[in-house]
Amino acid sequence: MRVVKQNPNCEFGGHARPGRRWLRLRVRPAGARCSRCSKSRTGRAVEFDLRAALSRTMRLAEVRAPSAKRADPTGGQPADLEIGDTAGLETCGTGPAGVRRSAETPLRRFEIAGWTLLLLLLLAVRLPAATPYESLVAPTPQNKIDELVLARLKVLHLAPAHPCSDAVFLRRVTLDATGTLPSAAEAQQFILDRNPAKRGALIDRLLASDEFAEYLALKWSDALRIKAEFPINLWPNAAQTYHHWVYDGIRTNRPCDQFARELLTASGSDFENPPVNFYRAMQNRTPAGIAQTVALTLLGERAEHWPSNQLANLAVFFANVGRKATAEWKEEIIYFNPASTNAGALNGAAVRAVLPDGSRVKLTPDQDPRVVFADWLVKDPQFARSLVNRTWAWFFGCGIVQEPDDFRADNPPANPELLAWLAKDFAASGYDFKRLCRMILNSQTYQFAPLPADANPAAAANFAYYPLRRLDAEVLIDAIDQLTGSSEKYVSEIPEPFTYIPDNLRSIALPDGSITSSFLEMFGRPPRDTGLESERNNRISAPQKLTLLNSSLMQRKLEQSRMIEFQSSAGRLPDDIVTGMYLGILSRFPTAAETKTAEEYLKSGIGRRQGTVDLAWALMNSSEFLYRH
Amino acid sequence: MSTKFFDFEKQRPRLSRREAIQRTLFAASGLVLAEHLSFKAFAAPPNARAKAVIQIWMWGGPSHTDIFDTKPEAGYDYCGPFKSPIETNVSGIRICELLPLLAKQADKYSLIRSMTHGNNGHETASYIVQTGRQPGGRLVYPCVGAVVSLAKGYDAGYKGLIPPYVVLTEPQGRFDEAGFLGARFRPFATGGNPALTPFAVEGVVSPGVTEQRQKNRRELLHHLDTLAQTLPEDPQITAATQAENLAYDMILGDGAKVFDLSQEKADLRDRYGRSKFGQSCLVARRLVERGIPYVTINYAGWDTHKENFQTMRRELPNMDKGLATLLQDLSERGLLDSTIVWWGGEFGRTPKVQWEAPWNGGRNHWGKVFSALLAGGGFRGGQVVGASDAHGEEVKDRPVYPVDLIGSIYQQMGIAATTSLPNPEGLPLAVMPGADEGIKSAGLLKEIMSA
Repeated sequence: MRVVKQNPNCEFGGHARPGRRWLRLRVRPAGARCSRCSKSRTGRAVEFDLRAALSRTMRLAEVRAPSAKRADPTGGQPADLEIGDTAGLETCGTGPAGVRRSAETPLRRFEIAGWTLLLLLLLAVRLPAATPYESLVAPTPQNKIDELVLARLKVLHLAPAHPCSDAVFLRRVTLDATGTLPSAAEAQQFILDRNPAKRGALIDRLLASDEFAEYLALKWSDALRIKAEFPINLWPNAAQTYHHWVYDGIRTNRPCDQFARELLTASGSDFENPPVNFYRAMQNRTPAGIAQTVALTLLGERAEHWPSNQLANLAVFFANVGRKATAEWKEEIIYFNPASTNAGALNGAAVRAVLPDGSRVKLTPDQDPRVVFADWLVKDPQFARSLVNRTWAWFFGCGIVQEPDDFRADNPPANPELLAWLAKDFAASGYDFKRLCRMILNSQTYQFAPLPADANPAAAANFAYYPLRRLDAEVLIDAIDQLTGSSEKYVSEIPEPFTYIPDNLRSIALPDGSITSSFLEMFGRPPRDTGLESERNNRISAPQKLTLLNSSLMQRKLEQSRMIEFQSSAGRLPDDIVTGMYLGILSRFPTAAETKTAEEYLKSGIGRRQGTVDLAWALMNSSEFLYRH
Repeated sequence: MSTKFFDFEKQRPRLSRREAIQRTLFAASGLVLAEHLSFKAFAAPPNARAKAVIQIWMWGGPSHTDIFDTKPEAGYDYCGPFKSPIETNVSGIRICELLPLLAKQADKYSLIRSMTHGNNGHETASYIVQTGRQPGGRLVYPCVGAVVSLAKGYDAGYKGLIPPYVVLTEPQGRFDEAGFLGARFRPFATGGNPALTPFAVEGVVSPGVTEQRQKNRRELLHHLDTLAQTLPEDPQITAATQAENLAYDMILGDGAKVFDLSQEKADLRDRYGRSKFGQSCLVARRLVERGIPYVTINYAGWDTHKENFQTMRRELPNMDKGLATLLQDLSERGLLDSTIVWWGGEFGRTPKVQWEAPWNGGRNHWGKVFSALLAGGGFRGGQVVGASDAHGEEVKDRPVYPVDLIGSIYQQMGIAATTSLPNPEGLPLAVMPGADEGIKSAGLLKEIMSA
């Protein structure tokens, strides 16, 4: 194994940059070029040289090489490469076999001693295995989140995982923040980038993108039940306006307290004033039903577990929600009806109402009780807690309180200090959602590798490593379509004559839960009947595997894919094909073992085209593609 | 750590002590109140006479007065050109003249002519007929197939490769079949068309890929799955590996042979009729032979707002051949006694024909009264339950609500009415609604259920 510096100028992306000298262990003949370029033409990135790292640790003095001819024992062949700085260097697999070594240097004995010393050190310190998923960069806590998580892990005597590699980070954060797969070019560029702040820069880029707004709008639409047909019956016009409003809010970073306030206090037509659809997007539209929905969506609590008078008290705030139809088909106006005949409604007299935290408030007949409730809600700590917990669950797969919509006294948070601090910080920031996301994504906790350092099952609940999660249905089909250049065919149960769906509309941008496809149904897209987070089912099943492994849908996509056709065109070397596939599908460079296996398959007589299709098929069916890691 | 009352990871209800006591009390109170409940099926344990159900879902709402509940005396405005229904081999029962083969099998099935629920919307009516419940609450209940899949499927010891709930060939899409039970109880829709060769069952039969190539690329997949090799004990990875093994058992193993209709004799296939429906009936018989407990055949095209009589003339012969041969075939193989055949749709159609434009001889939706057919699985044949009035517009006597029909099926399948339905909110829900849910019922179909 040996260190190879990265040279972004070289088309093969991984070999020596002539001219930089740190420590030359071996000789370089004059006018040497990169041994990679001249010899094997492999586009491999970095391999780690233990020996070189050892030497560097021992701070051996720089040695000037003797003249090329004399000192080169290998007879004119380009010798080994130089070692450079380690910023951004990481393993991506075992190095190629057959590393050429030169003659012994005078420092060899020193190195042997150093070897022994380091071996002893290694026995005490665990070094990460050379998998493509971990990084050798020393972990550093980035913000208060890390402080609190690590403190908890220490108390529980759990070891945190190592940091993840750049390739894993790129894929993970792009999927988690935008629900899209990074392209091959993006992957290559990010992995080879030597900017030490590249991860933070990537996060900023992603948070500013439209896809972030689309993906988070999707998650909010699931929670808000944006569905045109049975059993929510929003109706297509209203569903689409509502979704667009949510999307717009995330894109412009509307503060969450304003978001909640608008949802609760809006009045007007469902077509023209989108947030009023909050009162329409539920199965049970009685005051008690509305109260249950408000508790679930905005407080993260299931009112079924509340004492019965608490729900009845909350229902009082929604007893004056009036609804009326207009001449327009399916238009509904939501308004404050002071003369409502619902039980508990104000009807000319003032009412004493009780808020969910037990405090009392007087409602006067001229005042919309929804406004009173909204004023209380945005200051209540539970509102902030439920929001930060939900966001945490979106990025980690598991909330600090799990399920994220099931806050109960007998369902305590895994890390109470973390939840409390996050909520306080979120409220103090003015409920700035993007800032919260940025903080979470930049933390070391989010950037742990998927390999647990501790076999204890409590490690998962305390965020000691990043858990594997199957991709969401929408994200998966979008990724497959992106790679194969195809698009999905959507259907809706009721023909929607005025709904226009452009050909290349991605599933994460679907505005309406009723517009679906058989793939999305099979892979657990939530029906949006209840708005519970658990409605989305990301568990793998045999029929799903059948679809991915053997359906005519997948076979057609692979065979009609232009990318695969290009990869398998004449003149491309097997090595390039494999690297291109890996960068595109798994967003990383292949290891040497993987390259060998894949090349053997391509050369096995199956034919270049079929072999490439099968290789793409194998990569798209691997766990690494199907699971966030 | 959170205490979960229902662990979705394992899909088994994990009871806390509080829950266990609650459920025992609920069940006990159920027994005590059994006398007072309007549908009292649970005093004695249900007998498991039937092992499977073949549901023929007449998608769109079949016209009841044109098929099994004919009213020629009502005049041309009501019966149109179908003026002379034929006698069946059971005296006193007559059905449409386009169903001669079914007329010879009337001793095997019973007709319910007084189904009613009063709703005329496709989705709502489909939901009511298939779940027995009314929509609008917080919960979306599972349909009969999903409940049978729960009670007789993997959790109950079913070990087959084909999932226990199969739909031929597309899911009906009006509502979510599995409801709150979750995607695990969704049906496996085969896709494809059994009348074509090969019957391209989605995912199982892939015409363009040879078996050798399947095996080769599977090996490639295993060698290249680096993450799975790095984390072999991760529960997600083990679940994925298990799912993959099951899938390959279907692709490369015996699992798929049930869908290979070339194994059947050509003259039998002809008797079923070479239509999609006819061959679907044959596939359903093969599935039931293999032990699949619930098969739905979604037979589309019955929403005859226009061209009602043309559609009847075109489709009823196909339906006749398929259904009659299915009953005869099941009976010959000794399967009819253990297989319930349930034919029906979400509602009927307007008895008075709409001659005016734009319908020009069509019928609208009619949820006030419509028909269903039950055969096998311990249901006696040759009977008629209930009746509609002279025009087929209202129930005349013995109304049958969807919950009654569903309850009768559960009874014959040996599914106790108090069987609990696991749901994400941990509520104590049972397979049949309790008295407090306010679901209208007129009692199980005792008239045709044999002990």
